[in-house]
Amino acid sequence: MKESRVEIRGSTDVVTARRDGRDMAKALGFGSADQTRLATAISELTRNVVQYAGSGFCLIENASSLDFMEIRVVVGDSGPGIPDLGEALRDGFSTGGGLGAGLPGTRRLVHSFDIISEPGNTRIEITVRRRRS
Amino acid sequence: MRIPILKLRNILLTSIQTDLSDDDALQFQQDLIERTRDSGAAGVIIDITALDVVDSFMARVLNDTANMVRLVGAESVVCGMQPAVALTLIEMGRELVGVETALNLDQAMDRLHDLIGLRSNG
Repeated sequence: MKESRVEIRGSTDVVTARRDGRDMAKALGFGSADQTRLATAISELTRNVVQYAGSGFCLIENASSLDFMEIRVVVGDSGPGIPDLGEALRDGFSTGGGLGAGLPGTRRLVHSFDIISEPGNTRIEITVRRRRS
Repeated sequence: MRIPILKLRNILLTSIQTDLSDDDALQFQQDLIERTRDSGAAGVIIDITALDVVDSFMARVLNDTANMVRLVGAESVVCGMQPAVALTLIEMGRELVGVETALNLDQAMDRLHDLIGLRSNG
């Protein structure tokens, strides 16, 4: 599998996206802990899309190089956006629900985590990466 | 997607064998609580051996389900969590608070019997 693009509209799409992520991680040789981290991170991000934007997409790509195996995931939507990003990314903010809920926990699961968010355009890009042995 | 719930003497036994959507998870929760009340079961075992993602939503569903089972008057044990799932939950800063857990079905049965005994001996 080179890449997967899942349109996110409802709770079954969340399942499809996280399964695609896990399948790719497994195919590339990531261990079970990394497979689970990635699937869980995708699950959290795509659920936010369903809950707060209504619809969006999840793009999963193999970004591996000679030295690293790497998967890049971009989750995007054109919903209202996250009003206070700094606040949303701060630990302890996550439990109350609301826009951006659960982002700090998700960030801890992945190698890199980048986000832009404004009204009409939210993009979150995460990667998982391991040096090839 | 309905998760089968088996009655074995005075307990309900259920095993989540497939990746559940949020809607499926909530349906399962409702089915299990209703079945607990209708059957008069003393305890419930939820086997999650085959569950390979427990994200914040599923963790909350399991927490809530354990509390609901207790409210209707029974005990519950969750068993079989995969190591990678436990690792991920803790890394995210989540855990199953107030949920009894066991390594496998055998130990879950023992634990459940202890809990049921404690409740009836008051």
